[in-house]
Amino acid sequence: MNIKILYFARIKESVNYSTEDIVLPADVSNINTLKNYLAGRGEVWADLFNGKQTIRAAINHELVDDMMAINDGDEVAFFPPVTGG
Amino acid sequence: MTVQVQTADFDVAAELAAMRTASADIGAVVSFIGQVRDINDGDAVSTLTLEHYPGMTERALEQIEQEAKSRWNISGSLIIHRVGMLQPLEQIVLVAVASAHRGEAFKACEFIMDYLKTQAPFWKKESTPDGERWVEAKISDDEAQSRWKQS
Repeated sequence: MNIKILYFARIKESVNYSTEDIVLPADVSNINTLKNYLAGRGEVWADLFNGKQTIRAAINHELVDDMMAINDGDEVAFFPPVTGG
Repeated sequence: MTVQVQTADFDVAAELAAMRTASADIGAVVSFIGQVRDINDGDAVSTLTLEHYPGMTERALEQIEQEAKSRWNISGSLIIHRVGMLQPLEQIVLVAVASAHRGEAFKACEFIMDYLKTQAPFWKKESTPDGERWVEAKISDDEAQSRWKQS
């Protein structure tokens, strides 16, 4: 399954890039398992995605919770709680 | 129902005049303007930089307007939100709602702002004497949004 991942705000600065195209391993099927997968990339990633920080997720421009399924071709985004207005 | 995300400033008087004169059955226009403060959490702020998620931002704001329209009898709404680097006293956001009577417009305007604060993908970074820092989300904003939840 091929997806695009976007990162915003301090998450983008921490991982040091804003977007990536990625082929997901077979056992990554929803936001929760994707976070676990990303947490395995190293210390910076683990700090962000090990569940201690509040990280919001969107799939195809829609806010979703951690159990939302990911499908081939999806645009997934990770970002901190929003602070507009 | 209009949504604009832009770096340019906006003319509140012109925007409100356009809303007010859109229809003769409008009896009330309520508006909110948010602007950049020069102090936050006790520290001087020299600039505020707003990042957003193009595409999702517009969609989220349109959904908030639709939700407001489904709850109250309003005839028009406008959200203009700026992004990029802003100085203290610059305008960040304008929310305006038109309706026949004031009550619906007041409620819908506050509802839109409370939802915008917690649902629309904008992030603020402020520049202080100690350097740049991301603004943290506030619990009070979540509480302000949750009071509109319907059982």
